[in-house]
Amino acid sequence: MKKLHFKNIVRMQLFLPLFALCLMLLINVIITPSFFKVSIMNGVLYGYTIDIINRASELIILAVGMTLVVASSKGTDISVGAVSALSAAVCVRLLGSSYDAYAVPLAVAILAALGAGLLCGAFNGFLVAKLKIQPMVATLILFTAGRGIAQLISAREINGVMVPGQILYVRMEDYKRFGGFLPHVVIPTPVFIAIGFVLITWLLLNKTALSLYIKSVGINQKAGRLVGLNSTLIIFVCYMFCGVCSGLAGFISSSRIYSSDANNIGLNMELDAILAVALGGNSLGGGKFSIAGSVIGAITIQALTTGLYAMGVTADQLPVYKAIVVVLIVAIQSEEFKRWKSLYRIHKMAGKGVTE
Amino acid sequence: MDTSVVLSMKGINMTFPGVKALSDVSFSLRKGEIHALMGENGAGKSTLIKVLTGVHSMDSGEIRVDGISHPVINHSPEEAQKVGISTVYQEVNLCPNISVAENIFIGRHPRNVFGAVRWGEMNRRAELALGRVGLESVDVTKSLGDYSVAIQQMVAIARAVDFNCKVLILDEPTSSLDDKEVDKLFEVMRRLKEKGVGIIFVTHFLEQVYEVCDAITVLRNGELVGRFDVKDLPRVQLVAKMLGHEFDDLASIRVPEYEKKAHTDAPEIVRAIGLTHDGTIKPFDLDIHKGEVIGLTGLLGSGRSELARTLYGADQPDSGELYFKSRRLKANEPINAMKAGMAFLPEDRKEESIIGDLSIRENLVIALQAKTGVFKLLPIATQNELADKYIKALSIKAPSPETPINQLSGGNQQKVIIGRWLITNPEFLILDEPTRGIDVGTKTEIQKLVLKLAGEGMTIMFISSEIDEMLRTVNRLCVLRDGMKVGELSNVDLDRPRVMAAIAGGKLL
Amino acid sequence: MKTNVLKKKLGGNGFLLSVTIGMFIAMYIVGLVLFQDQGFGTMQTFFNMLIDNAGLIIAAAGMTLVLIAGGIDISIGSVVGLVCMMLADLMENKCVSAPNAIAIVLLFGIVFGAAQGWLIAYLKLQPFIVTLAGMFFCRGLTAMISVEQIAIKNPTFLGIAQANIKSIVGATVNKRGKLLYPFVHPNVIIALVAIFAVWYICKYTKFGRSLFALGGNEQSALLMGINVRRTKFYTYVLNGFLAALAGLAFCLNTTSGFVEQARGFEMEAIASAVIGGTLLTGGVGTVVGTFFGVLIKATIETFIRCDGTLSSWWNKIVLSALLCFFIVLQSVFVIWKSKKKKA
Repeated sequence: MKKLHFKNIVRMQLFLPLFALCLMLLINVIITPSFFKVSIMNGVLYGYTIDIINRASELIILAVGMTLVVASSKGTDISVGAVSALSAAVCVRLLGSSYDAYAVPLAVAILAALGAGLLCGAFNGFLVAKLKIQPMVATLILFTAGRGIAQLISAREINGVMVPGQILYVRMEDYKRFGGFLPHVVIPTPVFIAIGFVLITWLLLNKTALSLYIKSVGINQKAGRLVGLNSTLIIFVCYMFCGVCSGLAGFISSSRIYSSDANNIGLNMELDAILAVALGGNSLGGGKFSIAGSVIGAITIQALTTGLYAMGVTADQLPVYKAIVVVLIVAIQSEEFKRWKSLYRIHKMAGKGVTE
Repeated sequence: MDTSVVLSMKGINMTFPGVKALSDVSFSLRKGEIHALMGENGAGKSTLIKVLTGVHSMDSGEIRVDGISHPVINHSPEEAQKVGISTVYQEVNLCPNISVAENIFIGRHPRNVFGAVRWGEMNRRAELALGRVGLESVDVTKSLGDYSVAIQQMVAIARAVDFNCKVLILDEPTSSLDDKEVDKLFEVMRRLKEKGVGIIFVTHFLEQVYEVCDAITVLRNGELVGRFDVKDLPRVQLVAKMLGHEFDDLASIRVPEYEKKAHTDAPEIVRAIGLTHDGTIKPFDLDIHKGEVIGLTGLLGSGRSELARTLYGADQPDSGELYFKSRRLKANEPINAMKAGMAFLPEDRKEESIIGDLSIRENLVIALQAKTGVFKLLPIATQNELADKYIKALSIKAPSPETPINQLSGGNQQKVIIGRWLITNPEFLILDEPTRGIDVGTKTEIQKLVLKLAGEGMTIMFISSEIDEMLRTVNRLCVLRDGMKVGELSNVDLDRPRVMAAIAGGKLL
Repeated sequence: MKTNVLKKKLGGNGFLLSVTIGMFIAMYIVGLVLFQDQGFGTMQTFFNMLIDNAGLIIAAAGMTLVLIAGGIDISIGSVVGLVCMMLADLMENKCVSAPNAIAIVLLFGIVFGAAQGWLIAYLKLQPFIVTLAGMFFCRGLTAMISVEQIAIKNPTFLGIAQANIKSIVGATVNKRGKLLYPFVHPNVIIALVAIFAVWYICKYTKFGRSLFALGGNEQSALLMGINVRRTKFYTYVLNGFLAALAGLAFCLNTTSGFVEQARGFEMEAIASAVIGGTLLTGGVGTVVGTFFGVLIKATIETFIRCDGTLSSWWNKIVLSALLCFFIVLQSVFVIWKSKKKKA
């Protein structure tokens, strides 16, 4: 039995994410003394912490998808925000704006949103896995085109002409439930969706050999192929999965605002998702991964966002701070920094030796 | 410093974390001398070169170069160049996207008064430089990448020579050259020798050492074994000094009951007809019978690994047929070969076998898992059982089955990979250089294992460039040269002289 | 061999470059046929393309440099937006004179480029992540300066922005019989000078040649004595300067600063470079090709504008599709070339 030394604790996979989360919660409590207060108002739970977990739901789902993309292909998918917007547009457009009924069954629209995400993911996956294009560049295409396509889909008839670039609304009351609350349930629905999704993912990864396959392909793709793994397929599937995650997140976001706003849904989420994955202790160079870490990372990022809002930072200005945090984390994780640390340690010890 | 000596290294020590790579090593090179630097993998050859050229910094020691009054410490390849030491590396370290001429002059382009590059002048001087190494027909304005690896290698040498160096280091330069190209290279080396350049020739090709070198320095386990004149050191003694044993000792590891007998009466398990792989293997036919240990040997680049990879499906054959247990096998992807009953241990374990951050257990079960299918995860109890069994059977030294494989030594890592394939219960096991870069103790363990498995009825293909190792373990040996089978020996014919003859200049079958 | 001659004169890969130039000429001819009545064939149309895209020309040239060296910089769009906002804010709200404001933003570009360069070259962080962070950083900084649009009214600046530099070539006669000379604005001159400078750097300077070596094989470049870290660092410093210069040229066209400006600009720059034959894997590229890439993008925009029925959302989509096509073309080309060598 290893003793619970400080060193052992620090080396635990989940140390960094948990530490970061605690730090963030601490900072929030300092800014807002009533941070941990939870109460029930109008039949639902209220409180800063509830709000964080609620709003983190989309980010958790995106982070899970991003984790697999990073793990299997050493790359990042920066199209997740745009694909969310696209999926939301598909869903809302299909449902129509009537107050009385949906234009298509709700289930169909939801499946369509997920399907749109799946297709986008397949597109990215094809470029990366089959054509071996760098993930950053491949996903840059949808990053730019995705919102444009979403705008085209978000078209409404004005004076007999279909005009794109509109914000379409869903007027049916029960649509808001997915982004809001189910009747007589105190916990916000997105939380349920997120938890459910994470559970299903965890089962999928760990009750089949997928987790092992993804790790192997991410660490050594050549070796993976020679032991019989179909690396191309595995990477392709991971990107498709990430696309589905974007679709689901887009659906939830659209439910929150019962509309599709192609400009704002998923805005800047790609940076948040990458941050969540990195903060979760996952190496952005691929290989071993931890879903739990990314989930904790996502909650931490949301807590950071909340804290910054409480300090008066506006939504447009948030990215400045997040950019700094990303760079710091990636710098600390980097090989070069570890080398400098060990050189510094050797230097210090050499110095000590001389004086003794 | 003695004026006939152009380079002298004394008392070089170099430590990497956990490993003493060089221990009080000395080396001296005379002017106009072609000096071979030899040793098994891990002996310290490349570390010594890297210390000399400034890629690594040594812990202690002194380097002196003729014409420089103070001891030399190089901090970068650039500094080494300035001091007069040029290096040509094993992997062509040039840039394929720029022209041949520019590759020769990177970092020292001819420029005019304004600092602008003079392309015309550069092309002219490049043609002169190439002329010196016999490459007159190469168009210096074409991209380097348009030419074959052999030509790229010669361009690298032309570059090194153009620096008017005092010392030229050639690190395994002949690995990708054919005989004619090797002859040309030796011509260039002799010309440089006449000019007084000292050449350090790092190689493992014994024949080439005896053809062109004047002196040999042997390293073993980071220590200097000795410096010898070529004319005073017969081959057998050289090998003995490199291995640290007397050559004959290793013969004693034969498992006594095992007989080298022909297996033609046993059922055929692999039959390849006219299998080719574009550019590396010409059409070859091969049949292997159950229980045989068949060896493939030849110089590097002869196509041994490519042949094995084509059989397994790691590379796609361009034509030909493959039958496994009398059933036609479309050798397309490794998974099909695995499911049919094959297993393949690649030559480069770091690049193609080891999944570094994963545990020993995970590395052991991955092939079996891939065979079983993604939806049928092997229960953790079964995984642990298998891991314990094979760690014990192969004497893998590790703290626990959960230890990441990249924390193990090279020999133990190789054992894990062997274990990975044995777990799949293959009928045909291909081992490509299974003992490369491994300490002698583990080498003999692995060779004994091969014999044991063959005795139990497994069919094995064993690829190695160490002939003695092959002679000890195989009962049939195929010799390859330039992608073609040039000889096949079995039973009583299996002796060193015949094999060397076959490799060196064997008659076609 | 025609492509070989072309390759030697212009640098870069002959085949890909000829595809690009060929495509531009083809598109222009199509435009001449389809939109003759809207004045597509006039010199001024061409000059307008240059005026509207002067900033992109400069930014794409910088991007070409970074791509050749094997890196990438997706922050330039945000830098352009930030520079516009800075210029507007400095001149309108802080009463800084135009020349001083310009000097300040160019200095900012250098400093920002140095920061990114240090992280990438010395701390060895992945360029994509660093410049992604840079992108968000600058975009947020723009919002911090002002959330509302600031229109530039500084007379010196406007003077530079709107000065007409007339060209004798392509003069037309209007309805009243008056001779009209087509004109460009100074930002086009800045762009052309910048692109010439980048071309010269690539072809004739030691620094420029090291970029090709670096992008071709970093390990080899190191062993051949190139100071890889320093070269990478200065690549991003130069690119930072060019991004700021691009921002200046862009601002001379829009004469305002607002938060959403130049979103997606980096993609346009990358697309222009890729369409122009710059390989994403590094080591190959030419600013001449990039220039034609920008022209192709400008032609598409002019098409869509002339057509009038397609919404402007199509611009981004068509450009993305073209980028996708060229990326696929590049990877197919690379695979074909390596197969050819083996034979």
